[in-house]
Amino acid sequence: MATIELKNLWKEYGQEVVLERLNARVEAGEFVTIVGASGCGKTTFLKMLLGTESPSRGELLLDGKPIPAEPDETRGIVFQRYSVLPHLTAERNVMLAGELAANRFLGHAFGEQRRVLKEAARAMLEDVGLGHALDKYPHELSGGMQQRLALAQALIKKPRILLLDEPFGALDPGIRKDMHALVLKLWKEQQLTVFMITHDLDEGFYLGTRLWVFDKDRLDLQAPGAYGARITYDLPVGKDDRGTLDDIASRVDTTARALG
Amino acid sequence: MKKLINRQPGTVGRWAYGLLPFVLIAIVYTMASGARLADNPNDKLLPAAATMVDSMTRMAFEPSRRTGDLLLWADTLASLERLGIGVGLAALTGLIVGIANGTIPLVRAGLSPVITGISLVPPMAILPILFIAFGLEQLAKIMLIFIGITPFLIRDLQQRTMEIPEEQIIKMQTLGANTWQIILRLVLPQIMPRLISAVRLSLGSAWLFLIAAEAIAATEGLGYRIFLVRRYLSMDVILPYVLWITLLAFLIDFALNRYSRWRYPWFHDRNQ
Repeated sequence: MATIELKNLWKEYGQEVVLERLNARVEAGEFVTIVGASGCGKTTFLKMLLGTESPSRGELLLDGKPIPAEPDETRGIVFQRYSVLPHLTAERNVMLAGELAANRFLGHAFGEQRRVLKEAARAMLEDVGLGHALDKYPHELSGGMQQRLALAQALIKKPRILLLDEPFGALDPGIRKDMHALVLKLWKEQQLTVFMITHDLDEGFYLGTRLWVFDKDRLDLQAPGAYGARITYDLPVGKDDRGTLDDIASRVDTTARALG
Repeated sequence: MKKLINRQPGTVGRWAYGLLPFVLIAIVYTMASGARLADNPNDKLLPAAATMVDSMTRMAFEPSRRTGDLLLWADTLASLERLGIGVGLAALTGLIVGIANGTIPLVRAGLSPVITGISLVPPMAILPILFIAFGLEQLAKIMLIFIGITPFLIRDLQQRTMEIPEEQIIKMQTLGANTWQIILRLVLPQIMPRLISAVRLSLGSAWLFLIAAEAIAATEGLGYRIFLVRRYLSMDVILPYVLWITLLAFLIDFALNRYSRWRYPWFHDRNQ
């Protein structure tokens, strides 16, 4: 099972400390929501999980081994934007993972293999509510539909870990609610381990199983980069009261103002 | 009454405004030509339209007394062949090297500085070297076009490749793609419409190099003909030839644009 461990994890860029002394353990199947002010290293942490950034100190372990230092198919991702390929139709976007696996040289599938991939892609698109938009290019889809497509594209590969970098940040509130339901459904169906970054505290408070708050508990106003952010709250979701939420919100706001 | 900056011409207005300058140029030319010819019926500088039509009919439909060719078509064919081969080779090289440079940092580290250096060499300055190295035949002219526009194409396509959002390259990796597959399934299809627009931009320079090379050493070609008949002050041939070259350039540009819109709708529609 995919267990992720953070052992005294640091990330520094020169003089600037982004993250310091992160220690945590995430079991397979958990849904971790990460909130925090801009500049508190949420995205940096996600990039370390993805493999495009590496820790400066400490260890980030996947099943007891250092996480691979480049993106691969164990970790799927949905970004806020640019997640899907603009030159492929919805159906081709979802077929892509299968096509790449089918032929290592051409990256295309033919004949029977292609038919199977096509059917799987259609089923997947049906599942995320895009059954009517198979032949549409991404620019013809609304923001919410593009994110549905991005989820379908990532999940057809059956990654063990799904990383979501503010996936619903640019969507209307109503659409957001639908997307939450969709993500929870897919998470349960595929037994994924999910890490989701969000700006929206409320979102973090009821989506998933666990809430992390990235914040600088030591903050030097003259040198905001001197100390890094840590996980200041690690809460199971669903057992918290409004007071905690307000408390976190005010602390995050304070940090945001100091950094901004 | 709206402010001037907020007033848009209608469909008819747009055509009328667009055509007006062409009509004016034609009128001014006809008047000037008429005035000069009234003074001196043998004036060669601004020939009458009828004279130009006569000359071009002769160039297009009467075999040359010296070679037996229909000169206009022989010239056009020779020039288009050189232009086509030169631009085609440049486009292919630009595509391959541009993508390699833009995608693979190790290749970029090796090639990017030398290409930047080469692109700063004025191509016309090395035309003598090309004539010495490749002779006065076809190859030197093709090489001039090739050397003239390839560095631009490489640098432009390298830049376009590097502008592909990082997110999409990461996405491909999370879907299991290797480097070659990323190039084949992500970079190449996204760069193709950009190659077409880069080629459209470079066609102006390509014509320049073609005509320059033909002017200096050739036995046929549109540029050769213009510079040849210049000796006899044959404006009745030069002016129609220039118009003909302009028309060819326009048609090539138009065709490339149409092809790109038809073949890559996702590229052209998304910016609207």
